[in-house]
Amino acid sequence: MEKHYTDSKVKGVSTGTTILAAVFDGGVVIGSDSRASIGGDYISSKTMNKVIQVHDRIFCGIAGSLADAQAVTKAAKSHLSFHSVQMESPPLVVAAASVLKDLCYKNKEELQAGFMTAGWDRKKGPQIYVVALGGMLLNQQVTIGGSGSTYIFGYVDAKYKPNMTREECVQFATNALALAMGRDNVSGGVAHLVVITEKEVEHVVVPGDKLPRFHDE
Amino acid sequence: MLGETEPQWLSEEVKTGTTIIAIEFNGGVVLGSDSRVSAGESVVNRVMNKLSPLHDKIYCALSGSAADAQTIAEAVNYQLDVHSMEIGEDPKVRSAATLVKNISYKYKEELSAHLIVAGWDRKDGGQVFATMKGLLTRQPFAVGGSGSSYVYGFVDAEYRKGMSREECQQFVVNTLALAMNRDGSSGGVAYLVTIDEHNTEEKVILGNDLPTFFDQ
Repeated sequence: MEKHYTDSKVKGVSTGTTILAAVFDGGVVIGSDSRASIGGDYISSKTMNKVIQVHDRIFCGIAGSLADAQAVTKAAKSHLSFHSVQMESPPLVVAAASVLKDLCYKNKEELQAGFMTAGWDRKKGPQIYVVALGGMLLNQQVTIGGSGSTYIFGYVDAKYKPNMTREECVQFATNALALAMGRDNVSGGVAHLVVITEKEVEHVVVPGDKLPRFHDE
Repeated sequence: MLGETEPQWLSEEVKTGTTIIAIEFNGGVVLGSDSRVSAGESVVNRVMNKLSPLHDKIYCALSGSAADAQTIAEAVNYQLDVHSMEIGEDPKVRSAATLVKNISYKYKEELSAHLIVAGWDRKDGGQVFATMKGLLTRQPFAVGGSGSSYVYGFVDAEYRKGMSREECQQFVVNTLALAMNRDGSSGGVAYLVTIDEHNTEEKVILGNDLPTFFDQ
């Protein structure tokens, strides 16, 4: 049987990825690409959704090892649903992020996954929390992650403005994902976006041929 | 004193972990660079000009190992002087880029420097050439150095064909500022060189005059 060696530091299937989340006036957009690959040689899924729902108005973007991310989000989902039954109200976004952070921090030696948690709650409105690889928790207005994110730091720094409208923010997120997918060979496919506001949650999928094109395409 | 070892940066290779960019406009080119030279975690020069003249109207932007990049630039500067005396007129930008490419390719295992060559000549106007690892390709614009990874998205989105000289200068300054903010190996001041038929203009933009963005 032929063994498939890769020199990826992440074992097994990795979401070489681009994930992004941004707060706008009244809500938050969280988005990702859809490619799952083994070390950058073989694409194991072209249509994977890396934005996972952990509660009604709280979603998580995952990056890193797919197996680790799935295990952690499953555990977090069950923690959160128990927590919200106990509290008799929907969980706060920071609570969801803290659950993830605890799991990542306590298991930091074994895990290789990073998360961004985006959602809406009644106390603080739209928020984004980033849980980095070692278990650090940070609140940010806009954040990007995954291998493809290196290429769009400049774009996000230049183009993000606080208090954008929903349409502007969705366009900003789509553009940023398209640019990252255009430069990172382990990000690609379609762009998954989730727009979370007080009233509703909307999924937008932008297929590859409808993504914005830039000067050299 | 017993047990004292030398500082780590003395044994680290000096790199121009860098951001460099060159862009062509109708009638000339604009080159830009940051000014940080690092040896491991130390900044050994915070005001180095990485835009090096190869000839009156041809400059190159240095990145990678500082020693390798400077040596290539000096060697090509000499070769171009000889060449332009032999042909009796100013050299073409493509000739300068080819000389750089020849050295980069021949010594590709030993050298680790990437030079972007840009300038103006009478035949083809403003031109930008990338010469990484020994290839030679003409492009409307080129970015390089460690900081360039962070701004690929920005330059892909913002570049348009047919930008004016001023728009190109602003594009270069914005790109450098964004990259210097994110790349630990880029920083300091921004150097700009604008070359056209009539003159070659060098400019420095100090740190506090660089554009700022939403989180600063």
